Amino acid sequence: MSAGAGLAAHLPALQVVLPLLSAPACVLLYHGARVWWLAMGVSTAAFVIALALLAQVMGAGPVSYALGGWAAPWGIEYRVDALNALVLVLVSGVSSIALMFARDSVPREVAAERIYLFYTAWLLCLTGLLGIAVTGDAFNVFVFLEISSLATYALVSFGSERSALSAAFRYLVMGTIGGTCILIGVGLLYAMTGTLNMADLAQRLEPLRDSAPVRAAFAFIFVGAGLKMAMFPLHAWLPGAYASAPSAASVFIAATSTKVAVYVLLRFTFTIFGVEFSFDTLALAKVLTVFAAVGVFAASLAAILQADLKRMLAWSSIAQVGYMLIGIATANLDGLTASIVHLLNHALMKGALFMALGCVAYRIGAVRLDAVAGLARRMPWTFGAFALAGLSLVGVPFTAGFVSKWYLLLGVLHNGWWPLAVLLAVTSLMAVVYVGKVLEVAWFHTAAPGSVTERAREAPLSMLVPLWLLVLANLWFGVHTALPVGVARSAAAALLGLTL
Amino acid sequence: MSAAVSLGWIIAVPFAAAILIVMSDPRPNQREGVTLAAALLLFVLNAALVPRVLAGEALVLHLAEPVAGLPIALSVEPLGMTFALVASFLWIVNSIYSVGYMRGNKEQHQTRFYVCFAIALGATMGIAFAANLFTLFMFYEVLTLCTYPLVVHKGDAGARAGGRTYLAILLATSIGLQLLAITITYVIAGHGDFTPGGLLAGRIEGPIVGVLLALYMFGIGKAALMPLHRWLPAAMVAPTPVSALLHAVAVVKAGVFTVVKVVVYVFGIDLLAGESSAAWLLYAAGASILIASLIALRQDNLKRRLAYSTVSQLSYVTLAAAILVPISIVGAALHIAAHAFGKITLFFAAGSIYTAAHKTEVSQLDGIGRRMPWTMGAFAVGALSMVGVPPTAGFLSKWFMLTGAMQSGQMFAVAVIVASTLLNAAYFLPIVYRAFFRAPAVDDAGHAHGEAPLPIVLALSITAACTVALFFWPDLALLLARDLAQAAR
Repeated sequence: MSAGAGLAAHLPALQVVLPLLSAPACVLLYHGARVWWLAMGVSTAAFVIALALLAQVMGAGPVSYALGGWAAPWGIEYRVDALNALVLVLVSGVSSIALMFARDSVPREVAAERIYLFYTAWLLCLTGLLGIAVTGDAFNVFVFLEISSLATYALVSFGSERSALSAAFRYLVMGTIGGTCILIGVGLLYAMTGTLNMADLAQRLEPLRDSAPVRAAFAFIFVGAGLKMAMFPLHAWLPGAYASAPSAASVFIAATSTKVAVYVLLRFTFTIFGVEFSFDTLALAKVLTVFAAVGVFAASLAAILQADLKRMLAWSSIAQVGYMLIGIATANLDGLTASIVHLLNHALMKGALFMALGCVAYRIGAVRLDAVAGLARRMPWTFGAFALAGLSLVGVPFTAGFVSKWYLLLGVLHNGWWPLAVLLAVTSLMAVVYVGKVLEVAWFHTAAPGSVTERAREAPLSMLVPLWLLVLANLWFGVHTALPVGVARSAAAALLGLTL
Repeated sequence: MSAAVSLGWIIAVPFAAAILIVMSDPRPNQREGVTLAAALLLFVLNAALVPRVLAGEALVLHLAEPVAGLPIALSVEPLGMTFALVASFLWIVNSIYSVGYMRGNKEQHQTRFYVCFAIALGATMGIAFAANLFTLFMFYEVLTLCTYPLVVHKGDAGARAGGRTYLAILLATSIGLQLLAITITYVIAGHGDFTPGGLLAGRIEGPIVGVLLALYMFGIGKAALMPLHRWLPAAMVAPTPVSALLHAVAVVKAGVFTVVKVVVYVFGIDLLAGESSAAWLLYAAGASILIASLIALRQDNLKRRLAYSTVSQLSYVTLAAAILVPISIVGAALHIAAHAFGKITLFFAAGSIYTAAHKTEVSQLDGIGRRMPWTMGAFAVGALSMVGVPPTAGFLSKWFMLTGAMQSGQMFAVAVIVASTLLNAAYFLPIVYRAFFRAPAVDDAGHAHGEAPLPIVLALSITAACTVALFFWPDLALLLARDLAQAAR
């Protein structure tokens, strides 16, 4: 066996081990710039690995990897199919682009002597998120979830304002409750079946559908994942955490962590518990549609009312999670495709929007609505990017956002859920309002005389390049939809047990 | 040039012009030269398509398919040809006018103005030649967004408030209602291609037809069917060339054009005629005509009076479509052209008065006709066309509408057309009377002014002449309109 082929066989393990081992190396390197280079290199490597895995999966079907040579179901199995390959690409890709952005952004917002800790936490967070996605073991999900969560609390607490500490603490409390719920759920499943391997679990749960502990396990996992993804009404931690974290961390967290939680929900409801159990026995669709519909509407309304732009985007994220849940609730091919493709598309648009705000914060130190008055004339590239990513958020044709909305609409209408179709239209309009509000103030209002806005310059190239990479990705995937929709469709088909 | 290629050029020319205009930013002569050249080229390209359309050639251009089942495609049919011809011709005239107006009033941000204008024309071409609902919707939204900077051109609080109303109503109706209607159509029919005889014909029946029709008619906010007309008076804060070409021709005609397209090619007139739940449209359009006319009577601001007149005139097209017989469809198509020439003349005149005399209110116009004979003469022609007096184009389209209404026994429509003709006369003719037969106000004597700058006078004379010419030589417009009526069967 050649070295290349040998390496290729171990990609699933490398995906996690590489960032995990690099995290302590950050502490050893200590110096801020050197640490950044390490983190950047590791993250890029992880991205390349994820792309290679995606190519393998799309070419030859799911990849199974027995960790340490212990065959499943006794050992821990890493199992990659179309769904989690996409999540891996998404997480590592966003991490790489956000790190590119972080180089100049972080020193402004984090004290120099703590920068190495910031990147350590970042790599641990990356490890956790990738681990959740790659593993085929239910308990392993919990372990990686805790790794990513603890690292995220730390990342949030690096924020420059005091409120970052309380936001991080609040997130810690809620996140721990969520993690505990998942642990209890997994524990109950283990008690009932004696296995933790996902594929094995799915088989053994088949005859146990009517047992109370299995239903309780489902409920615990549902609530736990719901907390992690900020499903309305379990969302209270999110706006504070997103708004207080350093800009680069906001980009990374906002674009990845809730998506991974949605992935966990997908994996448990479809692969482990099965469509029939989740949707026929437990009426998951009803629960989800109610929470999601109320959440989309309420969060969009809250986004309109925010004066702090990072908070506005945070509320918008809660609404967007609602869209993904609606897609899951449809339990049909189009709806699920929409949810899965929206994992990617939402990461692209929200990443770009948070980056644009990061550029604003870099230049004027604030991201309040009144502070950006007239700023678009000083920073046309930043606000041009904000406008395009905003259009994608609204779901305008030729942007990535349209693709997910269109499939979601098809999925919803396929089930005859007319009120939800109306809700989608109404909440898209609400997105027009909150995005448009920012653009109007930035373009057509004038800056207060003598304010810092009047002297602001365009953001540095090192921040504009990653920003525009994401914006162009939004446009690219709005026109060339074959790749993301193709992957999402095959993932959705696999979840539903269909053959395409 | 092959048909598909020339269709591609028709879309590409205005957008390319926008880029060239940006590039010639500090040089006004070059900038306006590019605009004029692009307008001429666009008109020639459109005119070259006419013989092919009349010969019944099928011209289709498939651009892209971003999502499976949702192609972006262009095709030419008679109504779109009419619309594109009118809009591209008036772009030439309007560009001449703009040069005089924007320079005469020393407006700011002129490059932005010409760029947005070119994009708006590109979007209009896209709407005119859209082969399916999705393509049409996309260009419809581009048209909304690229005209917003033109509406808020002045940048003061009043302009911003007007712009907000404009965007809010147009986006809310199109995303909230029209997109929903389009999606429902795709789900029912499996595609959204405009089909002679109706894409939904034979696929739906019962009350859903009425509901879907309502989603379309109120979703097409640009047609300004009451009570969703408020954006149009709000848009009058824009510079006059914008009001003239966009809010008397391109944007509003895109609205009623879409209405006719939906009635003829999506539902099909037979489906609607046989469905009692769709009958409300006639009454809604009739009410809109009369109420808007009554409001227009009470406006002293000239541009606002014209705006409400537009609301009323647009509903004529909707009414004509709602009569649902082929001859009234001919009337609808003709009225799109006839109203365009008449109303742009009126707006040109309003802008001319503003540029030369700095007057905006009807009550200030006493005796102005003696100082500005060309302007007010053209205004009189436009006003007669609005009322529908021969020899102006407005008479023709009203004639076909009335014939259609009589033929189908729609006495309500007949009554509306007669009553509104009287109302039109009541709010237009006093202006003409004032201008020519009243003595100028005393305090006005010291304020000497003559005609507006030459480009302005030239432009409004051309459009007034066209309004009359269309009455004497309506052959081409009639041929195209009859082809449309054929497709409606």
